[in-house]
Amino acid sequence: MNLAVQLPGLTMKNPILPASGCFGFGKEYAELYDLNLLGAITIKAATGTARYGNATPRVAETDAGMLNAIGLQNPGVNQIMEQELPFLANYDTPIMANVAGSTIEEYVEVAQKISRHPVIKAIELNISCPNVKEGGVQFGTDPALAQTVTAAVKEVSTVPVYVKLSPNVTDITAIASAAEAGGADGLSLINTLTGMQINLANRRPLLANKIGGLSGPAVKPVAIRMVYQVRQVTDLPIIGMGGVRTAEDVLEFLLAGASAVAVGTANFQHPFVCPEIIQQLPAVLEKYGFANAVEAIGKGHEHANTHLSRT
Amino acid sequence: MIHEQLKIISKQLIAKDTVEMTFRGRMAQEKILPGQFLHLLVGEGTNHMLRRPISIAGVDRQASTITIIFKLLGEGTNTLAKAAPGDQLDALGPCGQGYPVDDLQLEKALLVGGGIGVPPLYYLAQCLKRKGVHVTMVAGFQNKAQVFYENQFRLLGNYYLATDDGSAGEKGFVTDIINAEKLDFDQYFTCGPTGMLKAVSTQLSNQEGFISIEQRMGCGIGACFACVVPAPDSANGYKKICKDGPVFRAKEVVLT
Repeated sequence: MNLAVQLPGLTMKNPILPASGCFGFGKEYAELYDLNLLGAITIKAATGTARYGNATPRVAETDAGMLNAIGLQNPGVNQIMEQELPFLANYDTPIMANVAGSTIEEYVEVAQKISRHPVIKAIELNISCPNVKEGGVQFGTDPALAQTVTAAVKEVSTVPVYVKLSPNVTDITAIASAAEAGGADGLSLINTLTGMQINLANRRPLLANKIGGLSGPAVKPVAIRMVYQVRQVTDLPIIGMGGVRTAEDVLEFLLAGASAVAVGTANFQHPFVCPEIIQQLPAVLEKYGFANAVEAIGKGHEHANTHLSRT
Repeated sequence: MIHEQLKIISKQLIAKDTVEMTFRGRMAQEKILPGQFLHLLVGEGTNHMLRRPISIAGVDRQASTITIIFKLLGEGTNTLAKAAPGDQLDALGPCGQGYPVDDLQLEKALLVGGGIGVPPLYYLAQCLKRKGVHVTMVAGFQNKAQVFYENQFRLLGNYYLATDDGSAGEKGFVTDIINAEKLDFDQYFTCGPTGMLKAVSTQLSNQEGFISIEQRMGCGIGACFACVVPAPDSANGYKKICKDGPVFRAKEVVLT
């Protein structure tokens, strides 16, 4: 079965890509399986200079999910380009660079640099990291700022720009529309939902950062709802994510309107989950009446009006 | 590191809330150093999205078995403990870097373990003894009910026991015993809670030693940056506990 999907900058053999932050820069998973199997790879966020990130503990398990507060630890864009990207040139899988920053200038600097590296086929503009004190999520929760930073990055990027949206907003469609107005080539959603877990014994939040980002199957219905809502206000291609761990989950995101689907937390539970989903996807698509992956995109909207009128 | 469904061949409670579990699998034929760990999938479905890192307490290559010891600390370890002989557990391993037993030049080793930090030191003691190294073990537990492997350690060398409440061995901490006994050794090896690691490495700061760090982990293979520790003298200023550790030279990392 033809699983290929075509998104701006990303010619994908299949709609599956690991989500940023869950896959490092690919090296560790390359020891487990052939990265050429993947539709694309989103690498860990790059910032202008090296960041150590937050204190530990940085992760905590929750029901059907986890909290993380890594804090954008990365060696900085220059180091990433010199030390990490050359390895990824060994694969014919398109690489999307996640770009983060504390200021518009930092986003611009990182995007300008990394978009010019030959292995980078697209940028995922991270305006939604909940785990850093400055920048990040404020750009993702204020539509005017979202539009400004998107436009600034679009101006310097030599590759298509996907804006990664935060779910920690009242109206996800307002931010999506702002990103589109800023010239985004696509959208990716959702980032993590902010959450907290308190240890009963010592009465302290379990994460050193106190607040972290919730991910995993627990957030999937939120993600599906948001992809669905965003699909109704824009024609931009969407990379959907949030709690994906099976080929059925992938189909659900395609139906909601995603053109590609990222897998995050599930990589920690099952390090081989991406190739397994890719292997199982044809049978799932066939079971639900699709002859290829593209056919399923947005098919959950056929009865959109009737459903919405009932709620 | 390989990925394997390890078959449980025995399980027993060896102290309060402390489970010893032995698996059979080809993983036992891998080169496994003491201090390395298994990253175990817990239960089925979506209940536990994070694996549990559990250090290896023993390897029998001939029988092709690996033994772990873990404490029942929450839902995850409780679920792990429900698995019975004959069941299989999904394991990644051996993960991380262990104590570099083969490269060590020493005659006398001091091992210092606290609570659930004791198990990897048992495998280490076996490896060191095999190498002809004289082993002294100082074990610390909360109380008598928590103590395990006392007899096993006594077969391998000197053994000192401390409990917080004095219900077994000396009353006090492992550091009290190190002070009182004036133990003679070339290098030390310690594993346990961070507070103990700090106390021991401070007390023995004039000596060469290795520490093994406990931390909550995500991927367990070095990709997610959940478990890091500052390492000021390293190229990038930090080490990944799951991939570069959990065993480090004591002076290489800064415990936080």
